Amino acid sequence: MEATSRAFTDNAHDALGNETLQSALGKMRTGFPLARLITIGRLPEFEDLREQGKAIKDHTLAHLDYYLEAYERKVEAAGGHVHWARTPQEACETILQICRSVDAKLVTKGKSMVAEEIALNDYLEAHGIEPVETDLGEYIIQLRKEPPSHIIAPAVHLVKAQVEAAFRAHHTSLPPDRQLEEVGQLTDEARAVLRQRFLSADVGITGANFLVAETGSSIIVTNEGNGDLTQTLPKIHIVLASLEKVVPNLEDASTILRLLARSATGQEFSTYTTISTGPRRPGDLDGPEQYHVVLLDNGRSAMLGTEFQDMLRCIRCSACLNHCPVYATVGGHAYGWVYPGPMGSVLTPKLIGIEEAGHLPNASTFCGKCESVCPMKIPLPKMMRHWRERQWQKKLNPPAYRAGLKFWAFFARRPALYRFGAGLAARLLRRWGGGKGKVSRLPLAGGWTAGRDFPMPEGRSFQGLWAEKLRGR
Amino acid sequence: MAPRIGLFVTCLVDLMRPSIGFAAVKLLEQAGCTVEVPAAQTCCGQPAYNSGDSEDTRAIARTVIEAFEGFDYVVAPSGSCAGMIREHYPALFADAPRLYARAQHLAKRTYELVSFLVDIRGMKTVEARYDGIATYHDSCSGLRELGVKAQPRALLASVAGLSLKELPGAETCCGFGGTFCIKYPEISTRMVDDKAKDVVATGADTLLAGDLGCLLNMAGRLARRGDPVKVRHVAEVLAGMTDAVPPIAMAD
Repeated sequence: MEATSRAFTDNAHDALGNETLQSALGKMRTGFPLARLITIGRLPEFEDLREQGKAIKDHTLAHLDYYLEAYERKVEAAGGHVHWARTPQEACETILQICRSVDAKLVTKGKSMVAEEIALNDYLEAHGIEPVETDLGEYIIQLRKEPPSHIIAPAVHLVKAQVEAAFRAHHTSLPPDRQLEEVGQLTDEARAVLRQRFLSADVGITGANFLVAETGSSIIVTNEGNGDLTQTLPKIHIVLASLEKVVPNLEDASTILRLLARSATGQEFSTYTTISTGPRRPGDLDGPEQYHVVLLDNGRSAMLGTEFQDMLRCIRCSACLNHCPVYATVGGHAYGWVYPGPMGSVLTPKLIGIEEAGHLPNASTFCGKCESVCPMKIPLPKMMRHWRERQWQKKLNPPAYRAGLKFWAFFARRPALYRFGAGLAARLLRRWGGGKGKVSRLPLAGGWTAGRDFPMPEGRSFQGLWAEKLRGR
Repeated sequence: MAPRIGLFVTCLVDLMRPSIGFAAVKLLEQAGCTVEVPAAQTCCGQPAYNSGDSEDTRAIARTVIEAFEGFDYVVAPSGSCAGMIREHYPALFADAPRLYARAQHLAKRTYELVSFLVDIRGMKTVEARYDGIATYHDSCSGLRELGVKAQPRALLASVAGLSLKELPGAETCCGFGGTFCIKYPEISTRMVDDKAKDVVATGADTLLAGDLGCLLNMAGRLARRGDPVKVRHVAEVLAGMTDAVPPIAMAD
């Protein structure tokens, strides 16, 4: 998708003025965090699990080549195929080739953020193949032709009436006077429409929450069961996953699964956890005839050994989005690309460049909430700061901001000069305020005073007063 | 022997509200400490640090390390600045072993004011009176980097005349974020507006917190909204010095 991250400030402005969006975000703000608190409150070992999960990922990343090759061997042994893709282009081409091998016209898809990352739907459509999203939220935004605004709840920015409107606009073969106001009516309709698509699809594409090296299995979690229908009904199942999804064994996967749903939706476990190993075997009642895994790198291997390696522990649970006060204020679309919120603010600059995504690591107050809820203990603020360091080195910040900071730093590095300047500034500001406690306008502080009064200083610096006090003793 | 404290005033207290510094001195002396204020201090360096300007950050941090050598403890009336020195200074000098050791030494002795009083000096009560209903905002760095949460509440409970009403969402960022409020004023304003609404909804007449940056932000928004909530640094109340200075953004 076309990134609009450069326009973050404008995007955020629009989001703040969008009342429908704000009402949708208001519900999310309390829902997920509260559910998470309740469910982890019932699990005394949650903190220990976080340590274990982190250790599993750190270990795997330290031996990523070994586990990926082991995984590949096991997939092949189970009758599947692994395709390595360095770039989004290679991944798209591989998937297209597989689809064409069976002359596919219709492809069903389970929700996959990697598919969003490589813009797979656009690519397939451009080559005459119709992709149909089967996760309800993803289906809704596909109808609306918009990107997801959240990594696990893609349509969280919408309210019910917008979903109804999308269904009425697209499901034109259904009677126009049907009732469609209740959530149940909406899901029933989506289920009926999608059921036909499941049955006629030639290829099913899913993502993966885990790739298990020990068994060559892929694991997905869903709440709708759509993943199972996507991968078992068509002739071909393609798993599209990025390479950091690999874990050594099923035990490790289950440890992280205990963290995943709790951190994400506040469920103890997702409704469906599906483990797939290879194509249908002789005697199996169902399953695909072919099982393919497309393993995407897209710059991830280059993060190993850098200050961004910890980001590869991410399990895409969305806890950082759900708890981010900035995300809660502007929503996911403001970030302008596939991955929003804190995890996106670290990952996106890596994937589309810091020049393009420069706003994102700055769109954080460093309140630290994201890191405190991350099940994988990823130091998100620290890594956003690393991006800011790169921006500073490359001189990508707005010149006025840079000049202002350098001006301030000149004084902050020189205590005697600073003392004098602070004393003077305290007096001047006080005089500007005319003895008032606050002013509503102040030169060079237009951003502040647009929405806030500026509290006036007491009029003397502490250092000045302290020096006087010492002299008086 | 009374421990010798180097007071890290913080740039905002120095410039905007010296009364907080004097309240800190008073509280530390009540806790049996002798307090000195090194003149060669400016700022902890966070504006540069969080802008990615490593060179200026290190230069400023070096000044602080040198100015505060030799004290038993370094105390700041701010969780954010204390957190910077305590949690971030050593890593700045990862490639310079001698400075790293000095930064480590400083980091270990640096505390946020109220948690220092309670956790290190064992203070359980204060001699202060404040007639009002107060609510308390937990500033992010103090809360999440230094674990400042129960300490201010424990001491506030001993202030005569004061009743504390908990603020829903007390742990949610107020939107200040240092340079964040300059870079994204519109988002910052919305965040602090949400905070102001939560504060007003408690029915408290006073809002307290331990970081002046957050306090200026919240006081500025409450004033713009016309909400007459009195905003003060928690140290002013604990030191019984609220008569010395009007609430933030209010005149005498």
